[in-house]
Amino acid sequence: MGDEARKPPPQVALKLRRALGGKAGWNGVAVQLVFGAILAWIAYEIISNARTNLETQHIAAGFGFLQNSASFDVNQTLISYSGSDTYFRVFVVGVLNTLLVSVVGIFFATLIGFIVALCRLSPNWLVSRVGGLYVEAIRNLPLLFQILFWYLAVLAALPAPRQSVSIFGAFFLNNRGVIVPSPLGQPGLAPFLAVLALGLVASLALRSYARRALFGQGRVIRIWPYVLTMLVGFPLVTMLVFGLPFTFEFPQLKGFNFAGGGRVIPELVALTVGLSTYTAAFIAEIVRAGILSVHKGQMEAGSSLGLSRGATLRLIVVPQAMRVIVPPLTNQYLNLTKNSSLAVAIGYPDLVSVFAGTALSQTGQAIEIIAMTMGVYLLTSLITSAIMSVYGWRISRSLGA
Amino acid sequence: MKRVTLALSFALAAGLSAQAADAQTLKTIKDRGMLSCGVSQGLPGFSSPDDKGNWTGLDVDVCRAIAAVVLNDPTKIKFVPLSAKDRFTALQSGEIDVLSRNTTWTVSRDTSLGANFTGVTYYDGQGFMVKKSLKVNSALELNSASVCVQTGTTTELNLADYFKANNMKYEVIAFGTIDEAVKAYESGRCDVFTDDSSGLYASRLKLTNPADHIVLPEIISKEPLGPMVRHGDDQWFDVVKWTLFAMVTAEELGITQKNVDEMAKSDKPELKRVLGTDGNLGEQLGLTKDWVIRIVKAVGNYGESFDRNVGAGSPLGISRGINSLWTKGGLQYAPPIR
Repeated sequence: MGDEARKPPPQVALKLRRALGGKAGWNGVAVQLVFGAILAWIAYEIISNARTNLETQHIAAGFGFLQNSASFDVNQTLISYSGSDTYFRVFVVGVLNTLLVSVVGIFFATLIGFIVALCRLSPNWLVSRVGGLYVEAIRNLPLLFQILFWYLAVLAALPAPRQSVSIFGAFFLNNRGVIVPSPLGQPGLAPFLAVLALGLVASLALRSYARRALFGQGRVIRIWPYVLTMLVGFPLVTMLVFGLPFTFEFPQLKGFNFAGGGRVIPELVALTVGLSTYTAAFIAEIVRAGILSVHKGQMEAGSSLGLSRGATLRLIVVPQAMRVIVPPLTNQYLNLTKNSSLAVAIGYPDLVSVFAGTALSQTGQAIEIIAMTMGVYLLTSLITSAIMSVYGWRISRSLGA
Repeated sequence: MKRVTLALSFALAAGLSAQAADAQTLKTIKDRGMLSCGVSQGLPGFSSPDDKGNWTGLDVDVCRAIAAVVLNDPTKIKFVPLSAKDRFTALQSGEIDVLSRNTTWTVSRDTSLGANFTGVTYYDGQGFMVKKSLKVNSALELNSASVCVQTGTTTELNLADYFKANNMKYEVIAFGTIDEAVKAYESGRCDVFTDDSSGLYASRLKLTNPADHIVLPEIISKEPLGPMVRHGDDQWFDVVKWTLFAMVTAEELGITQKNVDEMAKSDKPELKRVLGTDGNLGEQLGLTKDWVIRIVKAVGNYGESFDRNVGAGSPLGISRGINSLWTKGGLQYAPPIR
């Protein structure tokens, strides 16, 4: 009987203890339960007391105010909005304005950041010093100060509407912003867009086919003549058949300002420039660190294969550097989004300005409004991080790490 | 700005949960030995710090009068400068005992904010300021103008109403503080700056070249400005309300900072009642008998305070107008002290 392998005792309880209590065992579980209970009790006390006191002081509570009409105006709205719309619509307007400045800011910050990083790493003495100067100057000045600089200093230098700087009589630059001709849809628009979309899809399919052929069978297929035909040729033919897809409405000086055309308000420009140049300085350092983390043998290997410096960077160094770059880059993206709340200083109607500012003081419902605003920033940040995590994971996978 | 709001909101959540339902503001202040008074971030004539850091102004005088009756010392005040959008949260959270910050009395503020207005210190109305060089003579010529305004004010709402009612287009640029709005107006971002007209005159003084700007004749709204207290403490509400009425009554009876001691010796029944040599009206309020004497000694009567801060004796030079006593054709009227 003795030579039968002895079965280890059942370990379910052991494993459970380990999972719940960690090294401290059942004591750890107990501590956690007590801690959780205390937290829940504190939360309950705060909420129930706040509720009673709101009631005794007759302060309005709840989210009913979102259905009331806001009766104030906002100077930049991505969806149609007027004073008779509800507070909920103000909320949406604010969220969209915040997202607009964040997305545009992230785009430019990344672009400028990569360029500055490559400048700093350049073997050219002058270029690398200019890159270094940019980083040191920008990241060591307070952001609010920079935004105010872009707003007040640059605004003061621009002329009044009646003395606008005109570019070809279609674009105008003045202290009310940049006024551009706005496109007006014509009957030819629908077929034009349809053909363009079709061309785009076909081109992408063709590209992926060509890449498979290249990697799989080593065949080089020249696709650009087809792509050019589909993206430019066919839409042009459609235009000849159906007429112009759109015409432009040109801005006209009327009264105090230009009527017609579209306008980019200076608050948006100042905020975007301020946020993207500031964040770019940090991104530049992150990118530089990432690139330097790739062994210099990789660069030399690229050169020995006869690749140019640019091609080596693009094809060999940057893809490897991205693994190091992505996590801190995500932080910078989150910072930029959160910093966009400085908009209130220059009157850009972002979420904090119109909702946590104007709507809050018109309704006085601080708890609800601040909670909603925090929720939006939390959600935006979590989504940004999730996207960047997926991207980081894909890079790691493609590098086989 | 965001941080302040956030901090105040947390304070609100915490304060609301800690506060006893029947708050005894008067007792709390006496125990603390200090009145916490919410004022503006700097509006000349109403509440602004001078070159030595002393707060002065009509709204500040109300705080000083309250400190005088409660603590017998008009200097025992902690002034809390608040932006328009933070002011109500500060009051709700208990950060301040009274908000005396050129705030317009409206029904929604009186109800859903959980606050009570205690009277009117200044009857104001909203106006527009433009550059003289624009050659605009009336607010009705402002179609398609850009307008700078302070966010979270009734001004912002009236503006929307006015342009809508007159079928005019405009662009609003709303700033967190009055200074930012004025700076943007001066830099040419806006054609028009709008505020309560007293505020317009005050802000004009801050411009590089005040003579280049005019205030248009139209007054587009009613803006009765006054102090505010929290709901739920009627005694404190009475103290603040009657402090204000006492200032107006003192002017009515001709009691001034100079003659107050003499008046206290008078035999006239009304003077005896008001100045506390007869009866116990002050004690009924939870104060002392000499409460009106303390007020007048601290800040003078309403008229004296008006002249010193916003009227003829000040750089603003605003005429009394509708802020005269009712006996002189104005709106300032105090219920009888008896």
